[in-house]
Amino acid sequence: MRYFVRRIIFYAITVWAAISFNFLIPRLMPGDPAEIMLAKMARNGEIAPGVERTIRLLLGSDTDQNIWEQYVAYLGNLFRGDLGVSFTKFPTPVTELIGAALPWSLGLLGLATIISFVIGIAAGAWIGWRRGTWVDHIIPGSTLLQSLPYFWVALLLVYGFAVVNPWFPRIGGYDVFTFNGPEATMEFAGSVLYHGLLPALTVVLSSFGGWLLGMRNMMVATLSEDYITTAEAKGLRRSRILLGYAVRNAALPSIAGFGISLAFVVTGSIVMEQVFTYPGLGKLMITAVQGNDYALMQGLFLVITLTVLAATFLMDIVYGFVDPRTRQNG
Amino acid sequence: MAENRILPSRSAKSVTGLAIVVAIVLFAIVAPFFTQNPRFSGNDAFLPPNVDHLLGTTKLGYDVLAQLAHGARGSLIVGVIAAAIAIVLSLIFGIFAGYAGGWTDEILSMGTNVMLVIPGLPLVMVIAVYAESRSIWLVAFILGITSWAGSAIVLRSQARSLRSRDYVGAAQVAGERTFRILLVEIMPNLLPLLAAQFLSALILAILGEAGLSFLGLGPSGSITWGTMITDANGGNAMSAGAWWWFVPPGLMIAVFGAGLSLVNFSIDEVVNPKLRVVADPAVRRRAPKAGASA
Repeated sequence: MRYFVRRIIFYAITVWAAISFNFLIPRLMPGDPAEIMLAKMARNGEIAPGVERTIRLLLGSDTDQNIWEQYVAYLGNLFRGDLGVSFTKFPTPVTELIGAALPWSLGLLGLATIISFVIGIAAGAWIGWRRGTWVDHIIPGSTLLQSLPYFWVALLLVYGFAVVNPWFPRIGGYDVFTFNGPEATMEFAGSVLYHGLLPALTVVLSSFGGWLLGMRNMMVATLSEDYITTAEAKGLRRSRILLGYAVRNAALPSIAGFGISLAFVVTGSIVMEQVFTYPGLGKLMITAVQGNDYALMQGLFLVITLTVLAATFLMDIVYGFVDPRTRQNG
Repeated sequence: MAENRILPSRSAKSVTGLAIVVAIVLFAIVAPFFTQNPRFSGNDAFLPPNVDHLLGTTKLGYDVLAQLAHGARGSLIVGVIAAAIAIVLSLIFGIFAGYAGGWTDEILSMGTNVMLVIPGLPLVMVIAVYAESRSIWLVAFILGITSWAGSAIVLRSQARSLRSRDYVGAAQVAGERTFRILLVEIMPNLLPLLAAQFLSALILAILGEAGLSFLGLGPSGSITWGTMITDANGGNAMSAGAWWWFVPPGLMIAVFGAGLSLVNFSIDEVVNPKLRVVADPAVRRRAPKAGASA
C-alpha cells in the first residue's frame, strides 16, 4: 500500500508543478509577455478590447493584483474547468477546442504506442534470446530507427505512399468530402482507420527502436543470471525459460519506463500531426503557437501533460501488480 | 576480448560509430569552406542531383549540399551547447542528490522526476513562444534546461552506489571537503557514464531543434538540418518530387544519431559488464559481478 501512496503523492506534486510552470513561465520571461503577445497579435490585425484584457489578466501584467492573488485566481479558474477563450477561434472556449481534438490524439497515439510497445518488446526479447548469433547484426540498424525525426518519417511516408503512389490520403483524420463531421457509422470508422494508417505507422516506426534496444539489453543481462542457468540445468523447456523466466523479468524496466518514453512519443507526435494535418492536440498546439493564441497554448500544455501523467500513473499501478517487490519496498 | 579493459573495446560497432561521428563532425567543420554560399539563389530551381550540384537545388535555387554543410554546423552547435547545459544540470541534480542522501536527495529527486514525466516539447514550445527573437544560442539554452532529467536519474543511482564505497569513506574520514570528494573521488568514476549521457543528450537536442524548427519556433535566421526539412515541406518539395531536398537532412540526423548510439554501446559495455556477449549462449561464461570488476 505504501508504494501506491507514494506514487499518488508524487503525481499530485507533479500535477501541481505542471500547473505552476504554466502560471510562472510567462511571468518569469524577460520583458512584458503581454506586450510581446499583443505586439505579435497586432501584426496580424486589430485586437478587440476584450481580448487585450483577457491577455493581460492571463499573463499577469494587470497591476492591481499581486502575484499570489493572481495565482489563487488562476487555480480557481482551473478547478472550474475554465481555461479561457481562444483567440484564433474567438470566441470558442479553449476547453471546447481541446475536447474536440483530444479523442483523435488519444485514439491514434494510444493504439500506435501499444502496437509499437508490443512489437518492440517482442523483437527485443527475441534478439536478446538469440544473442551471439547473426541477429546481433540487427542492433546497429535499430539504432538508426531510434534517432529518426518523427516528422521526417512522416514526410517520407507521405512522399512514398501518398504522393508518388497515391494509395493513402495525405491529410486529415477522415474524408472531409464525404462526411460533414464525425458520425457513428461503419463507413466513417473505415475512413478514420484509412486516414490514421500512415500517422500510426509513423509513430510505430519511429518509436519501436527504443523499446527494442532497451528490451534486448535487459534480456542479455537477465539471461546471465544464475536462476536462468539453474532453469536450463533442470531441463525446463526452452519456451518456458524464455517466457516464464527471462521475458517476465526483463520486461519490468520497460514497463517502469513506459511513462518516460510516452513523454517522448507525445513530443514527436505533436510535430507528426502537423505533417498529416491530423485534427489532434498537436495540430491544435501548432495553430495556437502560430496564431499566438496564448490561452489555447497554455490549456493544451496542461491537457497534454495531464494526459501523459494519467497514462504514466496507470502504468505505475500496473507495475505495482506485475512486480510485487515494488509494493513491499515502498 | 580482454575482460577488464577500461577503454571501449575496438569492436566493429564502436569503430563504425566513431567513424560516422568523426566524419559528420569533420563535414560540419570543413565542408562549409568548399561549398557555395547556402543562400546563393542564382542556380536553377529544383535541379536534381548533378555534377555541379551533387545534391541538387531547392525551390529558391539554393545548393542543397551547401545547405546541408552549413546546417550540420547549426545543428551540431545547438546539440553540443544544449547537451553541455543538460549535463551540467544533471550533474548538479544527480550527483548532489545521490551523494547527499536524506532530504536533499528526496527533494532533488522529486524535482528530477517531475521534469522527467512532463513532456518536453510542449514545455519548450510554451517557453519559446514568449521569447521575442530566437537566436541559435537561445534555442540551445531552452533545449538544454528542459532535457537534463533523464541523465540526472542515471547519475544519481551511480553516485549513490559510489558513495558507499570504501575509498569514499576513507576520504571522508581523512577530512576531505565534500566538494573535493565529489570532484576528485566520485567524478572520475562517473566519466564513462557522463560521456554516454552527453552523447544521448546531443542527439536529443538535435532532434528537439529539428522539431522546434518544423513548428516555426526554431532559431531565426540560422540554417540547421531542421530548418532544411521545414523549408522543404513549406516549399512543396514533395509535390515537386524533390526528394533530394528533404531526404538528406533527415538521413544525416538519423545516421548521426545511430553513430552516437553505437559509440554509446561500447561505453555501455565498459560500464555494464553483463552486456558483453559471449558467442554461444550454451557455453557462456558467468558474467563477472559488477562489484568485482570495477
